[in-house]
Amino acid sequence: MLNTNDILETIKMIREDAFDIRTITMGISLLDCVSDDADRLCANIYEKITTKAKDLVSTGLAIEKKYGIPIINKRVSVTPISLIGGRHGVETYIKIAKTLDEAAKTLGINFIGGFSALVHKHFTIADRNLIESIPEALSVTERVCSSVNLATTKAGINMDAVKLMGEVVKKTAQLTADRNSIGCAKFVVFANAPEDNPFMAGAFHGVGEGESVINVGVSGPGVVRHAIERAGDLDMTGIAEVIKRTAFKITRVGQLVAREASERLGVPFGIVDLSLAPTPEVGDSVAHILEAIGLEKCGAHGTTAALAMLNDAVKKGGVMASSHVGGLSGSFIPVSEDQGMIDAVNAGALTLEKLEAMTCVCSVGLDMIVIPGDTSSAIISAIIADEAAIGMVNNKTTAVRIIPAVGKKVGDFVEFGGLLGYAPVMAVNSFSPEKMINRGGRLPSPIHSLRN
Amino acid sequence: MKAVITVTGKDNVGIIAKVSNECFKFGANILDITQSVLQEYFAMIMIVDIKEIEVDFGHFVDSMSELGKQNNLSIQTMHEDIFNSMHRI
Repeated sequence: MLNTNDILETIKMIREDAFDIRTITMGISLLDCVSDDADRLCANIYEKITTKAKDLVSTGLAIEKKYGIPIINKRVSVTPISLIGGRHGVETYIKIAKTLDEAAKTLGINFIGGFSALVHKHFTIADRNLIESIPEALSVTERVCSSVNLATTKAGINMDAVKLMGEVVKKTAQLTADRNSIGCAKFVVFANAPEDNPFMAGAFHGVGEGESVINVGVSGPGVVRHAIERAGDLDMTGIAEVIKRTAFKITRVGQLVAREASERLGVPFGIVDLSLAPTPEVGDSVAHILEAIGLEKCGAHGTTAALAMLNDAVKKGGVMASSHVGGLSGSFIPVSEDQGMIDAVNAGALTLEKLEAMTCVCSVGLDMIVIPGDTSSAIISAIIADEAAIGMVNNKTTAVRIIPAVGKKVGDFVEFGGLLGYAPVMAVNSFSPEKMINRGGRLPSPIHSLRN
Repeated sequence: MKAVITVTGKDNVGIIAKVSNECFKFGANILDITQSVLQEYFAMIMIVDIKEIEVDFGHFVDSMSELGKQNNLSIQTMHEDIFNSMHRI
């Protein structure tokens, strides 16, 4: 028989600690949509997505009702579009982006990911066309998310792509200047991008995936923080144990939801991504977990160590709770989506340099950071290069989702609304990296990539 | 197949009767009730067998929730699997 305390604990997690399933993301392969006719290609894409995922939202709602757990987002990720664009030019890519946007609206989902290119070694012509279309595609669509993978531990860093990405970010910011440069919030640059990540903006359906797949992203920073607060005066080993136990429970629910969604939709289950993903809501903050561990403010010295432990304990606890763990799995540290991070920046405790250090041990990278609108594209490229280097050398995923908000300077606030939150504009080191960025070429992969 | 119904709110005459009656209406068999009143606050956890219910489980969840609203209570119905997954290996 069920134990009363267990029942109450679960209910408390959901009602008071903001525990939720962050996303059910259906990955859909678009490889069979290829056509040399632009209209036909778009029609194929629209039809495939709206057919495969037609029951995604209703299924999510039914599961939410059955288990009494909120499922915040239902989303779709697709094959990187540069792989299906063939010989089409920039105009067609923009048309494809609009088609994806339409499909997302028809399905009633808030984001669709996969307007992407994988260029970690070099560009194909299709990659170049897609990348050229990104700024306009993000400005004329609402729900399309874009990503570019420009480095891997195996291939090194494509420095030509790094240079180009600085320009893409700047142009996207300018084209969406009337909406606080929100286009940049839907664009992420990766090193070692996972092919099964269910979280936006970086989700895409990798080339090694099947026809379609269900990936589930859990969340629950509030649950972890409360567990630490309740645990009292434990040493760091004790705190790590508390986090592991909590992560296990959270992930078990993720696994339950993933299995059920997979069965109901008749689509194979892919992975559970056991990420601690904060939201701007009170009580749903990763920064507050770090503070509960014993830091006055997130960003204080010791933050990197606390985050390293948190990130590791989340994985150790979660990995036994699911048959397949994947995606990004760990702890996100976005600024605009986390009230604790926002407060830490405002208090002067958290800087861009500290965030960069934190990305060495968190699950992703520099995420949802707003910088002054007059930051040069070379500096943005250099920020991307630094992150890519951290990812490449440490065999981990890193990413940059940065917003040079047009017309804003340090101290201003930028509001994006919804899950994307709001953020203070952060100071950037303004010494020029231009000469290095202009060199281009490939940054060789590290010696430890040769593992065969 | 079981469901867990949790009822919380200000204590009143007939809460258990109303919830039990709703269960009876849909054919949900009550297996266990844990109930307590702390000061004026009523809390109950009811475990019911939903194998034989005559409606879709989602409809049952909505009806219980609606009953709660009518009586100024919070009534939440959840499938037992969420608790089993979380607390049992």
